[in-house]
Amino acid sequence: MTMQTLLRRHGVVLGLLALVLVLPLVLPSNFYFRIATLTFIFALAVLGLNLVMGYAGQVSLGHGGFFGIGAYAVAVGPTHFGIPVWAALPLGALLAGLLAFLIGRPILKLKGHYLAVATLGMGILIAMVFTNEAQYTGGPDGMSVPRLVLFGWSARGPITWYWISGISLVVAAWLAMNLIDSPTGRAFRAIHDSEPASGVLGVNVARYKLIAFVLSAVFAAVAGAYLALYDGGVTPRTAEFLRSIEFVTMAVLGGLGSVIGSVVGAAFLTILPQVLTVFHDYEHVVLGLLIILFMMFLRDGIVPTLARLIFRRRS
Amino acid sequence: MSLLSVRDIGIEFGGVTALSGVSLDVRPAEIFAIIGPNGAGKTTLFNVISGLYVPKHGRVELNGEDVTRFPVHRLSELGLSRTFQNLQIFFRMTAAENVMVGRHLHEKRSVLPHLFALPSTKKQNAQTRTKAEELLAFVGLKGISEQTAGNLPYGALKRLEIARALAAEPKVLLLDEPAAGCNAVETAEIDEIIQKIAARGIAVVLVEHDMRLVMKISHRIHVLESGRTLAEGPAQEVRRNQKVIAAYLGKHAGEEATHA
Ligand SMILES: Nc1ncnc2c1ncn2[C@@H]1O[C@H](COP(=O)(O)OP(=O)(O)O)[C@@H](O)[C@H]1O
Ligand SMILES: [Mg+2]
Repeated sequence: MTMQTLLRRHGVVLGLLALVLVLPLVLPSNFYFRIATLTFIFALAVLGLNLVMGYAGQVSLGHGGFFGIGAYAVAVGPTHFGIPVWAALPLGALLAGLLAFLIGRPILKLKGHYLAVATLGMGILIAMVFTNEAQYTGGPDGMSVPRLVLFGWSARGPITWYWISGISLVVAAWLAMNLIDSPTGRAFRAIHDSEPASGVLGVNVARYKLIAFVLSAVFAAVAGAYLALYDGGVTPRTAEFLRSIEFVTMAVLGGLGSVIGSVVGAAFLTILPQVLTVFHDYEHVVLGLLIILFMMFLRDGIVPTLARLIFRRRS
Repeated sequence: MSLLSVRDIGIEFGGVTALSGVSLDVRPAEIFAIIGPNGAGKTTLFNVISGLYVPKHGRVELNGEDVTRFPVHRLSELGLSRTFQNLQIFFRMTAAENVMVGRHLHEKRSVLPHLFALPSTKKQNAQTRTKAEELLAFVGLKGISEQTAGNLPYGALKRLEIARALAAEPKVLLLDEPAAGCNAVETAEIDEIIQKIAARGIAVVLVEHDMRLVMKISHRIHVLESGRTLAEGPAQEVRRNQKVIAAYLGKHAGEEATHA
């Protein structure tokens, strides 16, 4: 392996770790810790989405649904089935993975816009279950989520969750970077660029699309569980259609096929609305305009475009 | 004993017949050319053989096994590999990574060790990369392994496809116009590469418009016209076949044949 790939691989994970470690020194208040925590949680989901969308090239407009499954698992499991919270979290991730496997098999045969619409339908269906199964989920009002307690220690507050979500994100980025530079990750990226060539070289295209879809669902479910545990509650809005759109926007804006891009995209859409409150009634207009402008001028997403600019200047 | 056997293949697109009654047999270490005018059905035949198209009639056999309706990736497992006329490059990956994908079937594919970058995965990655570098050198692409494939010139991509197909260690290799767009020097290099591949015992099925190249290196030539077989035989026979000269090779090639 060359120096360049070594740097690229470990640089991303180490850079992210440094960010998570250093940020608390400059964050002035709990409010900022909350923003950082939300960024990390969303970045976790977007990182997963990037595996299927950015690397394997298969769009999903339904990942809000998997996010919701993770969130409701830590709510419904302990409340109705007496499952401890620490066990409900991985169970929710498993459930999301299983569902992705079952739904993914038929719908990943679809391509492009058709796949987009099918995943969108999937997301809406999942969200509908959360709204309608009121005896378990509390219906439209949602339900409260018990605290995560590990060895008698209760995880609560923005600073605790800053560390849990931050370290999880670093681990997730490490896993993603490992995967990308492995036969599985190469198969993902090959499928993205040419399905016929991938198949001819022995890559089982359907299988690898499914692997990417399942993994991304698991990432989203873990993120959803974190949000529910951090907020201490969950409503169908956690898993609504807009959530799926938000994830896709974060992934595209930050940069498809970029691990750092996932974090930057999540940060952008989490931090910016807070900053834009100075525009009062025009907040959403300005946000929309900014997204349009960023996409126009940084077409490949913030991170890949900037990386290319910096690289070109150097050489 | 033939390695690849195509029996009475027929396929149509929206009622238009693209291939009809095409049969051929290819032996190990043989360079078997398929020639014919544009639209004759050469690429379509490759697509049928490699499982991308399902034929309406006929069979494809590999090593005596009927593989006609096998999924594409299964054919690769049975020893078939190919390149594409309209390049199918993984253009966002580096040249080395393109070839590494070709090693897919020779790698351990459990996902968990990949996720955790276990020592076994790292070791395998290093081995695959070494193999890819070797193959890049073999096709004359030394020193470009870390470049993004999308930034490479056309001629390099043609070779990259050959290296990638070879990485799968095929028994039968289909090459669709490997010398298209190449200058004389590059064509001579492709010539040499193909002969080396055949010398390793691999059956090479070659679709190519450069008649000089085809006549020089092919053991046998199969001529297609409008989806049908016009002639088949050794180069010396085919180049003198009046039907072939009239339909395809034309006056110029006929002259060339008598001078050669
Ligand atoms: N997927 C397809 N859909 C419709 N027509 C096709 C398709 N593939 C090939 N054809 C037709 O089959 C014929 C043979 O094409 P092709 O195999 O590409 O010729 P060649 O490679 O010999 O130049 C052409 O008339 C072409 O238009
Ligand atoms: Mg062709």
